[in-house]
Amino acid sequence: MERRDFLKNLCIAGASAVGVAAAGEAEAAREKKEFVSVLVDTTRCIGCRNCEVACATENGLPIPDNKDKTVFENIRDMTPDQWTVVNRFDTDDGEIFVKKQCMHCNQAACSTACLTQAMYKTEDGPVIWRASKCMGCRFCMVSCPFVVPKFEYHSANPKIQKCILCYERLEDGGIPACVESCPVDALQFGSRREMVRIAQNRVVDHPDQYEDHIYGQNEVGGTGWLYLSAVPFDQIGFRDDLSHEPVPALTQNFLYAVPVVFLLWPAFLNGMRYIKTEEDEEAQIEEVYNPGDES
Amino acid sequence: MSEFQASGSPQIVPIKSDPVGPSSPQIGSIGDFLGFLLSEMKPKGKLITPFNVISSIIVAVGLVLIVIRFVYGIGSITNLDQDNPWGIWIGFDVVTGVAMAGGAYVMTFIVYILGRKRYHAIVRSVVLNGFLAYLFYAGALMLDLGRPWNIINPIIGNNFGVSSVLFLVAWHFMLYMAAELIEFSPAIAEWLGMKRLRKILGGLTIASVIFGITLSTLHQSGLGALFLMAESKIHPLWYTEFIPVLFLVSSVFAGLSMVILEGSLSHKVFAARVSKDLHHRHDDITIGLGKICAGAMFVYFFLKVLVLIHGQQWDLLMTGWGAWYLVELIGFVLVPLALFFRAVRDEKVKMVKVAAALALTGIILNRINISVIAFNWFAENPYVPHWAEYWVTATIICLEIWALRWIVNRMPVLGDPPAWARDLDH
Repeated sequence: MERRDFLKNLCIAGASAVGVAAAGEAEAAREKKEFVSVLVDTTRCIGCRNCEVACATENGLPIPDNKDKTVFENIRDMTPDQWTVVNRFDTDDGEIFVKKQCMHCNQAACSTACLTQAMYKTEDGPVIWRASKCMGCRFCMVSCPFVVPKFEYHSANPKIQKCILCYERLEDGGIPACVESCPVDALQFGSRREMVRIAQNRVVDHPDQYEDHIYGQNEVGGTGWLYLSAVPFDQIGFRDDLSHEPVPALTQNFLYAVPVVFLLWPAFLNGMRYIKTEEDEEAQIEEVYNPGDES
Repeated sequence: MSEFQASGSPQIVPIKSDPVGPSSPQIGSIGDFLGFLLSEMKPKGKLITPFNVISSIIVAVGLVLIVIRFVYGIGSITNLDQDNPWGIWIGFDVVTGVAMAGGAYVMTFIVYILGRKRYHAIVRSVVLNGFLAYLFYAGALMLDLGRPWNIINPIIGNNFGVSSVLFLVAWHFMLYMAAELIEFSPAIAEWLGMKRLRKILGGLTIASVIFGITLSTLHQSGLGALFLMAESKIHPLWYTEFIPVLFLVSSVFAGLSMVILEGSLSHKVFAARVSKDLHHRHDDITIGLGKICAGAMFVYFFLKVLVLIHGQQWDLLMTGWGAWYLVELIGFVLVPLALFFRAVRDEKVKMVKVAAALALTGIILNRINISVIAFNWFAENPYVPHWAEYWVTATIICLEIWALRWIVNRMPVLGDPPAWARDLDH
């Protein structure tokens, strides 16, 4: 048996007793199903912000005024009330507009972090949030490498707010509201495999137009949203220092060790105590045979 | 007897059972029980003391702040924001508080597993302190939860997020509190004069100790593992895959340093409640604990340096963050480590206490660095705690001290158990 398999089996054995299971198992099983994906071609985006309006309308959030161009003066972040924002970046290649929202990671850190499965990676790919389960610990926010989940700090009944990839529309066979609203096909929706292929084709066909980098193809083990760009991604607000390893892998070894410790440590401690008691008894016997010897 | 002689230390006075122990109430009925409980509720000693006045003011204002927090949301009395979801309520109250409460599992290991009887006299107070620390500081977590009513979900199995380190930590907190309560429960039975119950509870001690040490090993390291997924947010000098190991090792001397300081403090405050035996050997215990601290700190320092060398990030040491890192590593790990070694060699009790204070400061620094200061270190507007966050923390501490005082003044914690209880153990 492979060492890894052995550890895994030990984990599974321990899990039933201890209530801790390996993170990777379920995630790996889920990945066999094709995830949905959105490809963002930043070279096509015109900054109309129709997607912002569509998102707000779909999700019952305050509707932004997309005629107001002054919003581009600052780089904005998502808020509890706004699940997607379009920012303008001044780059080597001129102005570039970039839409930002939850990346819907293949192996999402937030859902791995969640101790109530409120933050949940669905089988189709969207990462959703479920109010009835969340206890508001904000560990998802600590863990998310893209700083996506937003918390309502000024509410007595606060929610975690973020893009849920219109999963209810998807269940009804629709496409995300933002994708539908895009007038220039900067956003495209489909299976992840398909979107990666389209992105690769564009980079190969137009090497002069695109950076040879599909953001999200490999970052943190792959994300549901993929980006194409004419300039290096650090110029348009992306972190280019993220590992290609899925974030949940960082705690996997620790979690594997837990059942092992839980099974072996008590036995070991008990053994130590037993030896100690034996020693004491031996010493007492010694004392009987050699009285006064020790002082 | 052989135990004491084998360890070779001349100052140790073996425990002599005191023929006249403290008296126990005679409880025959539920009416007696309630009457006794009611009489024990009354405060002992003077009500108007400087400490009582100050702590009452802190608690009164703190309770108002807590009400505001639940009505207007966490943002109303904290400076937390979307980039800094965890502040000092987590970084200090929970993460640091639990490390400092590590003394309980280390002491029970030393006394019940290794059989070092000379520390037996302080085990109860250490376990009580540990239990209260978990109860109040982990309890303070409830204030930080946005939707605390849903805390029932991971408990009743409505939804088990078993891939979450926090799930593990939360469960271990609960189970460990139960284990510590069982370890302390003989004192409660002695206080109530319930002999049968005392016998049963005393029999559970070893099992709960072994369970408790196992839980502690896992959740002390688990608290560190919480930050593993924040790799992209924590400054590389503090982020390492060995955070769980470092947290575990440092909890050993953090817990014992707390035992040293807290022990000498309660020794003075509760002088009337301290048994003769404990009084005689208190200095000896302090030196002994200092010795263990020196060993644990040496391992910790060694690991820290090893991690630093393997990280190959020497250039980072030349930055401002590097300087801050060295303050923690040199000033509050290496210096107290050296002090512990010297104090133990020269048998200087005061120096042990100074070293313990420095070591504890180092633990606070380390935990706050990882969870708050070096977290989002690149942020333009770093998180600075709101005054109310400090105030609520002070409130929690005051409440804990009140609870501790109430118990120590009533139950046999620092003093000898009643004679009948000692007979049960032999």
